[in-house]
Amino acid sequence: METIVGIEIYPIISFIIFFTFFIVVLAYLVIQRTEYFDKMSMMPFDEEKPSTNKI
Amino acid sequence: MEKETFRYDNTIVRKFAFATMAFGLIGMLVGLTAALQMVDPWFNFLTPWLTFGRIRPLHTNAVIFAFVGNGIFMGVYYSLQRLLKTRMWSDALSNINFWGWQLIILSAVITLPMGLTSSKEYAELEWPIDIAITLIWVVFGLNMMMTIIKRRERHIYVAIWFYIATFVTVAMLHVVNSFELPVSFFKSYSAYAGVQDALVQWWYGHNAVAFFLTTPYLGLMYYFIPKASGRPVYSYRLSIVHFWALIFIYIWAGPHHLLYSSLPEWAQNIGVVFSIMLLAPSWGGMLNGLLTLRGAWDRVRESAVLKFMVVAVTAYGMSTFEGPLLSLKNVNAISHFTDWTVAHVHIGGLGWNGFMTFGILYYLIPKMWNTKMYSNKLSDFHFWIGTLGILFYALPLYWAGFTQSLMWKEFTEEGFLAYPNFLETVTQIKPMYAARAFGGSLYITGVIVMIYNLIMTMRQGTFQREEEASALPLAKEFKAEKGEGWHRVIERKPIQFLVLSLVAVAIGGAIEIIPTMLIESNIPTIASVKPYTPLELEGRDIYIREGCNNFHSQMIRPFRSETERYGEYSKAGEYVYDHPHLWGSKRTGPDLHRIGAKYSDSWHYNHMLDPGSMSPGTIMPSYPWLFDNELNLEGTPAKIRGMQTLGVPYAEGYDQIAVEDLTYQAEAIALGLEKDGLQVLPNSEIVALISYLQRLGTDIKVKDGQAAMVTN
Repeated sequence: METIVGIEIYPIISFIIFFTFFIVVLAYLVIQRTEYFDKMSMMPFDEEKPSTNKI
Repeated sequence: MEKETFRYDNTIVRKFAFATMAFGLIGMLVGLTAALQMVDPWFNFLTPWLTFGRIRPLHTNAVIFAFVGNGIFMGVYYSLQRLLKTRMWSDALSNINFWGWQLIILSAVITLPMGLTSSKEYAELEWPIDIAITLIWVVFGLNMMMTIIKRRERHIYVAIWFYIATFVTVAMLHVVNSFELPVSFFKSYSAYAGVQDALVQWWYGHNAVAFFLTTPYLGLMYYFIPKASGRPVYSYRLSIVHFWALIFIYIWAGPHHLLYSSLPEWAQNIGVVFSIMLLAPSWGGMLNGLLTLRGAWDRVRESAVLKFMVVAVTAYGMSTFEGPLLSLKNVNAISHFTDWTVAHVHIGGLGWNGFMTFGILYYLIPKMWNTKMYSNKLSDFHFWIGTLGILFYALPLYWAGFTQSLMWKEFTEEGFLAYPNFLETVTQIKPMYAARAFGGSLYITGVIVMIYNLIMTMRQGTFQREEEASALPLAKEFKAEKGEGWHRVIERKPIQFLVLSLVAVAIGGAIEIIPTMLIESNIPTIASVKPYTPLELEGRDIYIREGCNNFHSQMIRPFRSETERYGEYSKAGEYVYDHPHLWGSKRTGPDLHRIGAKYSDSWHYNHMLDPGSMSPGTIMPSYPWLFDNELNLEGTPAKIRGMQTLGVPYAEGYDQIAVEDLTYQAEAIALGLEKDGLQVLPNSEIVALISYLQRLGTDIKVKDGQAAMVTN
């Protein structure tokens, strides 16, 4: 990195990383079934219940 | 497979709870003292150890690292075990974490009033303590990650993601910001200089807010609000998206502390844009917290715990709305360096961190002592007086910030400054400072009431050292469900999660910091800028020791109101030898970047001895010890060598004659003062400080014979 000319490639790369990541995350969230999220949100209450491990 | 029986460790939670309460009170009392000092300098008590400049960092470090820090550990050690259905991996590491942290706090209490400080905000502790912090933080992280690996609950609840991100990012921030070269046992110089140092400092500083004051507490919110209300979090989906958005975006916001400064404009603009974007994930968190309680507001009415948590989350929302607003350049032009910033900080600190900590304490203590709250009336009283305290703290400071800023900027019809005397703008807002101190004392009253209430609660109950629980161990071979999403895969693999989080948070810092370091055109060289002379360097170190940067800035912004008042606006190239930078973030007193050659040496002499004699009505304390103390010249050669190592172009071998040069310059100053009838030893600290102050800002109109010997 000698001069500031052409520096914009780095923010562009970051933007691409961010954008792709978030599209993937949002896609995942839309596709994933609600039962999974319901189960996860109950985790603080699971102290009495057995863990989610399967034997 | 058989269920395993194990015990949750409550003793470590209790230790951290006690430390949280104790340091909360102590840290806030130091803050109250500082607040009173701004109303009447008498409260500096004429001793070097308690001046505002020395105890302001003690206050910030105490409330951030001692109060909130212990609060984080308290909440994490409690919730982590239960969410993972396992005891902490190592009781020994838990205790090393606890005692190590308290020893670090103790070292801060000792060193900061002594003036052993790096001057870098929220990182003032000198290099030996920085090493200790790294070690203890690693201990914490190791204990936490091993506990996660040895867990009996396969899936990792969202709160724990926040804890992991906290651990990894704080480690990165601390290590990068702490690149400093020791020149003596408790003195170091920042490896960075000027603009770069400022950028690294505020990349660190803002993310200390993000990853020490916010992310761990969001994690705690995701555990304790459901526990206290009996309701699951409103939207788990939202928690996933706002977690990743928050940790990606927060890191870039640092430059919003440097708007209209000498930081290159591209970096400033990035800071602005990302700060605005940050509104979304922050409010995602706030909404998730508040909407968890939808339909259960009647329970909030009856529960002090929930009241505290609701106000905490609301204050978080207010703060994270105000923050992006303050990051807009036009708003920042008004707010920067004023009490508006202080008000903003305390909405978050008192409202979000304070109230969430109180809510968690009120929840945990009765639970761990297996009893009911001693007095609901007292906890309600605490809630109301604490809320009033926040209002009485913030509202006067909003008023003060606006008033002072507008006074700074006002011109007469003829085009002159309407308030050319800075002190006039201070006098105007002193009543607001008194009101703020009152607000703080209300808040502290609430804390005292809480401590009393909790002690009585503990007395009437029996402490449960451990809680027995049982769960199936993790199956060694886990067959993934068909069609399991990739994210669930990562959730089950904590180390990969940690690495991913580190990548996410490292990007922002790298993009902002690396070009600023490597590309020379960001910091245009000014040929007339030369290194400090040895005497000026010693004076600068005294400025740092006394914490002058806590109330004086050294950054003149390109506004006409500033150039009229202070002189030419500050250029990036003027700071290239400033290890560390001293731009400051608050103008309790005027900017000093071009104070050089504005007043006579005698004026500075009298002003430091008794500021009131030169500026009647000032709130600046006196510094009589500078006249009695002599410089420790044995350390000067090492300082010069240190600066040379950091790239400051002193001539080769200059450290050998530095003391000679220093003495020569000092004697000239002492002689001049004597002519004005002022007696002083040439080697006294005041002479060094005067030489530094007289140098400030003069490089761009350099006079012959002033510069130190340098290579070309």
